[in-house]
Amino acid sequence: MELNEETRLEMYWMMLLARRLDERAWVLHRQGKIAFHISGIGQEAAQVGAAYALRRGYDWVAPYYRDLALMLCLGYEPREFMMSLMGKRDEPSSGGRQMPSHWSLRRANAVSHSAVVATQCSHAAGIGLAIKMRGEDKVVLVSLGEGSTSQGEWYEAVNWAAVHQLPVIFLVENNQYAISVPVEKQMAVPSAADRACGLGLRGVSVDGTDVFAVYRTFIEAVERARSGQGPTLIEAKMYRITPHSSDDDDRTYRSREEVEEHKKRDPLLTNRRALEKEGLLTAARLEEMEARAKKIVDEAVHYAEQAPYPAGEEAAHPVYAEEVRHG
Amino acid sequence: MAEITLVEAIRQAMDEEMARDESVFIVGEDVGKRGGVFRATVGLFEKYGEKRVIDSPLAELSIVGVGIGAALYGMRPICEIQFADFIYPAFNQIVSEAAKMCYRSNGDWTVPMVIRAPYGGGIGGGLYHSQSVEAFFAHVPGLKVIIPSNPYDAKGLLKSAVRDPNPVIYLEPKKGYRLIRGEVPEGEEILVPIGPANVSRPGSDLSLFAYGMMHYYALQAAQKAAEEGIDVEVVDLRTLYPVDRETILNSVRKTGKALIVHEDNLSGGYGAEVAATIAEGAFTSLDAPVRRLCGPDVPAVPFSHPMQEWFMPNPQKILQAIRELAAF
Repeated sequence: MELNEETRLEMYWMMLLARRLDERAWVLHRQGKIAFHISGIGQEAAQVGAAYALRRGYDWVAPYYRDLALMLCLGYEPREFMMSLMGKRDEPSSGGRQMPSHWSLRRANAVSHSAVVATQCSHAAGIGLAIKMRGEDKVVLVSLGEGSTSQGEWYEAVNWAAVHQLPVIFLVENNQYAISVPVEKQMAVPSAADRACGLGLRGVSVDGTDVFAVYRTFIEAVERARSGQGPTLIEAKMYRITPHSSDDDDRTYRSREEVEEHKKRDPLLTNRRALEKEGLLTAARLEEMEARAKKIVDEAVHYAEQAPYPAGEEAAHPVYAEEVRHG
Repeated sequence: MAEITLVEAIRQAMDEEMARDESVFIVGEDVGKRGGVFRATVGLFEKYGEKRVIDSPLAELSIVGVGIGAALYGMRPICEIQFADFIYPAFNQIVSEAAKMCYRSNGDWTVPMVIRAPYGGGIGGGLYHSQSVEAFFAHVPGLKVIIPSNPYDAKGLLKSAVRDPNPVIYLEPKKGYRLIRGEVPEGEEILVPIGPANVSRPGSDLSLFAYGMMHYYALQAAQKAAEEGIDVEVVDLRTLYPVDRETILNSVRKTGKALIVHEDNLSGGYGAEVAATIAEGAFTSLDAPVRRLCGPDVPAVPFSHPMQEWFMPNPQKILQAIRELAAF
């Protein structure tokens, strides 16, 4: 499916909005206004490219903690993100129970995940199994880092998807590092896609900094899954530009020169240049986008700062489904 | 009224729930054509087909993880772990995923799922086909933990578990699969509520708390004790978590003495929770120290018969403990 110009600009906008929100989170952390942030800077293109290949709100998503851009594409709101960073009552992932960026968004079919990596993979296989049992044409996107592909959890989930030909797309966001451990200490093959091939799964590796290349790769995988041709694993190669989290100091394990070199291939930069070269993204348009993003981020921070904290005793519930009170 | 075995009651419960609700399905190792290594799913593959009775890859973690995913989507999976001893690869999925899902999503996502697993020793199963795992799970808010001791409860509790909107750990005393028989009315909807313990034998001299296979032995020991003039009240705990503290306390307030029996290891076992409940809530009613008769603190049940028998509580050991406590 060819993307029209408006959609292509919108995809860039989603990347830009995610980036500006993420950057503000780092600022808020340095200001002492939030306790923790885990960043997706450098991974926006892969997430937006994947999201736009889905029928958002119809298909299902099992995300992981770097997926801010993906979540925004699913309808997660900037003010919700800011409330999550501040542990406010009305953040929709957990009502302030989980650390920030541990997503859940029921209205978007985005399931809740933990901090134990790769645990979401078998959930995605189970969702895929349920979709197949019911004879529906939905697909499931599950995302994870390349470090997660070392987990037995991941192998079991991929194996299930392959054996049962489930409509699951595994997005491995290969950002080269699992906290401090580089990818060559995670796998003896050049790509996580190669790991999938050994399990009988179609594995594809794509430049995860090129939003439209990712989109094209996903469209094919989504179509295959939707039409009963089974799962695909897509490795999107990129670079984690920030430290692992606000508690990490990446100077202890990688050089500044290395990081600076990769910043030249920052997806926000490269996709902007490509759109500018095409004449699609004008200086005026970009200026408008930046101004809009700043306004949205400012408003979101302000809103979240005013929003109430949960009362301490709200922590007593809901342990069991019988305790759930909505509305 | 028909007398059936424990395992047949379990099979009937699954059959009825699958017939009632199309979202119920079974997933596990050898549950399909083989009908389960203990034959708990026999006939269901033929009746409901391979889409609803799924032979999983040999991987316990994903039996549970895939079950969780399907439950999030609105299905009602029954996950069979072939032996409770094999449940540990799935421990993280049970404790950190299924149990926490409702809480961590502030109620947006729930996991209506049953995890069935045969547990317990005395069957020549050695270290890895004899373990009792209930204490690990009866520590975890978000889970419900059930161990039935007779066919009626086995059927009624499993049917309730399938309908429960939460993850339920359902542990089956495998030594009792064919040994324990009981009357279960035919053609009647049997639902035993999750939560309440059951006073299975009223008595006045001491309270004997047990579940599963040990409850079966407890009743035998109580019968013998009665012949010696000791009137034992037997309480079948049957839902281990959440804890039915009221039934425990009411019994001890009446008898003044408490004996707790389980085959799981003594230290940190479920009996410790029962004992603590009594110490906190019925201290002034006690006429004797709380007594625990449990599996010893060795890693698991050994294979060789004399060592197995040394490990396992049995009616004779329970009777001896009853005599000692009654004489205090």
